[in-house]
Amino acid sequence: MNQRPRRVYRTLFFSFFYLSAFTFGGGYVMLPLMQKKFVDQLAWLDEREMLDYAAIAQSAPGAVAVDASILVGYRVAGIPGAALAVLGTVLPPLLILSVVSACYSAFRDNPVVSAVLRGMQAGVAAVICDVVLTLGRDVAARRDLLSLGLMAAAFLVTYFGGLNPVWSLLACGAVGAIRALLARRKGGARP
Amino acid sequence: MILLHLFWSFFQVGLFSVGGTAALPLVQEQVVARNGWLTMAEFTDLATISEMTPGPIAINAATFVGIRLAGIPGALVATAGAVLPGCAVVALLAWVYFRYRSLRLVQSVLDGLRPAVVALIASAGLSILVLALWGEAGAASGGVNWIAAGLFLAALLALRRFRWSPIWVMLGAGVLGGAAYLLI
Repeated sequence: MNQRPRRVYRTLFFSFFYLSAFTFGGGYVMLPLMQKKFVDQLAWLDEREMLDYAAIAQSAPGAVAVDASILVGYRVAGIPGAALAVLGTVLPPLLILSVVSACYSAFRDNPVVSAVLRGMQAGVAAVICDVVLTLGRDVAARRDLLSLGLMAAAFLVTYFGGLNPVWSLLACGAVGAIRALLARRKGGARP
Repeated sequence: MILLHLFWSFFQVGLFSVGGTAALPLVQEQVVARNGWLTMAEFTDLATISEMTPGPIAINAATFVGIRLAGIPGALVATAGAVLPGCAVVALLAWVYFRYRSLRLVQSVLDGLRPAVVALIASAGLSILVLALWGEAGAASGGVNWIAAGLFLAALLALRRFRWSPIWVMLGAGVLGGAAYLLI
């Protein structure tokens, strides 16, 4: 634990700092970015773990981005890692809002700022779409009808029904638990 | 005293905003309705600025309100309040997860959760895409924003085909799109 190179701490902190600085549009943008950074690029986590963390972060109170950063930080470098990850995630909005709140009407009404932000929206949508395509393909590749059904149902009630995501997670978790209990009864095998 | 008050108010926001989407009405309840720290017009500005800047809405709001009421210490205290409940609950859940994740029952629950998470990310992505292509009025309004559509396709190509870093793709879309919107 003490032997952990300082480089890991530094990479952890700066990764979260810069991911958070680019999380336009809420925690759901942070999750794809984290997936790209920690799974694809650094290979510190596998995809299933990242999805588990996302589910836990969703189910806990508070900002999803902060909650997810705690889990990744802890997994990579223990308690100090978790603390550094939270600090990295919280600092950019803290700094940016401190500056912006001093001159917020000028910022809000600036045509260049709003044009750039409108342009970024399309880029943000593409980033999320890219990760959803990758993750969705992996769920589909398991050829498990129940998983596909859960994915479709959760999408429909959240997007069209406007349901709080927590209910989808609770329901899908419950379905998973019921499946395990049924399988145990049918197979008679106790884990 | 005001620092304690700020901390407690944003602690409640942090505690009751589960799922990440519900923070804004909670901030309004605490900051406008209950304590009168901001007027409704100022709150609307805050909501707009939160949309325009990166970071979680609760943290943005905590910084904005904290700094106006008590300067930098106010911002720090309010932010700490917003973050703490999540930290505590996540620490507990993480302990359960790392201890019990190899159990078959927990495995099965997680197998159920993963497709749901993909669906939630997809839903958020589609909302942003519709906003980018059709604006606030939604897809029913008809008129597609062709600049945004072109940017979206180019960005998707850059990500999937050429494996560009998402940060550069977002920045590039901002610069190109910004120039296009200002010139046309």
